[in-house]
Amino acid sequence: MKFDFKKLFNFKKPQNELEGTEDAPAAQPAPEEPRQEAAIPEKLAEKCESCGQIVLSDEMEENLGVCPKCGHYKKLDARARIASCAENFEELFAEEAGGNPLGFPSYDEKLAALREKTGEKDAVVCGTAAIGGVRCALFSMDYRFQMGSMGHTVGEKITKLFEYAAAQRLPVVGFILSGGARMQEGIVSLMQMAKTSAAVAKHGEAGLLYIAVLTDPTTGGVSASFAFEADIIVAEKGALIGFAGPRVIEQTIRQKVPEGFQRAELLQEKGFVDLIAERKELKEKLAALLKIHSAEATA
Amino acid sequence: MNAYEIVLKSREKGRPTAAKYIEKIVDGFIELHGDRRFADDPAVVGGVGFLAGKPVTVIGIEKGEDTNDKLAHNFGCANPEGYRKAMRLMREAEKFHRPVLCFVDTSGAYCGIGAEERGQAEAIASSIMEMIRLKTPALSVLIGEGGSGGALGLSAADEVWITETATYSVISPEGCASILWKDSSKVAEASECLKLTANDLIELGAVDKVVPEREFSEEFFASLKGEIAAFFAEKAKIPAEELIEARYRRFRKF
Repeated sequence: MKFDFKKLFNFKKPQNELEGTEDAPAAQPAPEEPRQEAAIPEKLAEKCESCGQIVLSDEMEENLGVCPKCGHYKKLDARARIASCAENFEELFAEEAGGNPLGFPSYDEKLAALREKTGEKDAVVCGTAAIGGVRCALFSMDYRFQMGSMGHTVGEKITKLFEYAAAQRLPVVGFILSGGARMQEGIVSLMQMAKTSAAVAKHGEAGLLYIAVLTDPTTGGVSASFAFEADIIVAEKGALIGFAGPRVIEQTIRQKVPEGFQRAELLQEKGFVDLIAERKELKEKLAALLKIHSAEATA
Repeated sequence: MNAYEIVLKSREKGRPTAAKYIEKIVDGFIELHGDRRFADDPAVVGGVGFLAGKPVTVIGIEKGEDTNDKLAHNFGCANPEGYRKAMRLMREAEKFHRPVLCFVDTSGAYCGIGAEERGQAEAIASSIMEMIRLKTPALSVLIGEGGSGGALGLSAADEVWITETATYSVISPEGCASILWKDSSKVAEASECLKLTANDLIELGAVDKVVPEREFSEEFFASLKGEIAAFFAEKAKIPAEELIEARYRRFRKF
């Protein structure tokens, strides 16, 4: 491990004499790797899930969740994603929280545990905000809630947002992250694809803009509905985007999928993505797109 | 019959496929091929004909009957061009004020490298969005397996009917059991939990009518034909905007 552990802790004053001082031999950081790992305070530093190197949490946050060592994109939760791109966010439909429409075994407990763990009611956060000074309605999906899967609550909030945006004549920006439909809600989950699609269509028929930002991963019932119904489809660099997951495809065709398959870059090459943005330039690109669409056209 | 027995029945060999329904219900059917972009998808069969003397556009997901026929139709698993062909035919129907009749029977849209590269997700998404805003009446009849997004792509209709032992589900019970419980032997349990039978679906409002199968006799087809004709005759009286608004509300309730 290349990380300089001593440097990290040098600025910390000992809190009492029992902790010793920097100079006291007992307080010296242990040279062996395992003991160093065990001593890392949770919020100060974190291990990159890709390269395994230790990164200061502050630095990771400033870098919008992109590892400064290897460039890996850590998933952003719904609110961190909004904060990375928008200002003056005001939440809508925050109280929306569905139940267990099919009475699926263990689903109530699962929902309760996820709500407790994430502090969110479900896998999407909706509201209004400004991006580059242009007011818009936006939604952002949360990987911590069953990898952003869509059941009634997700479908309902997104539908309400498109209806609200149509009434207020606002563009919609959607930060999409989803493994697909929520299995435990069965056919109710499938119907969300139709419900959201109809709301997207109606908003579009009113002459309003919808930009979808596809992030890693965007698959299944979400990719086969509102993710691919936007006027402009932006994909975050390297994002996995597809209908079926790679594992399902490998099982179907009984062979490995090629390198780079279903990645944002290949989708752009094949003609299904308008543009690819790095995380740090996403805000700027969205602002530019919104500005062009909100300016008065001469035609 | 329990849910799992119904699942098996919905896939049973010898069950009439979309081609049979088209043959028995649509007079003077002319098949129209291709999506005008890439290819003709044999898993989606579509064209024009007459239903009780009125022109109709009919689209079916065709599984095929015997082994060779199944292979020829890719076992009823449509590629993106299948959905794009369906959309093209729907647009043509709209232009000439014809209703659209869909027969849906698929284990799901095809999962393969080519399907992904040609935008399976985009094709299904667009198909749902176009169908749900179609200016002419649309009816979908689930006649076997209603497999997830692949079935929904042709089921964003004014009404969705189902035959007695057909199913409609977000995922196959096998998929559900293996993903959720990591145990593919729990298929029967998953079949129950998913509420995918006609009776469950009526209760949940996902389908509007259950059609008794009468062992798929001549009477079955004759009676279904009559009901479809009556449905379209009724819907023909409704102005397009009202039709679209009612369709919006139908799906908005979920």
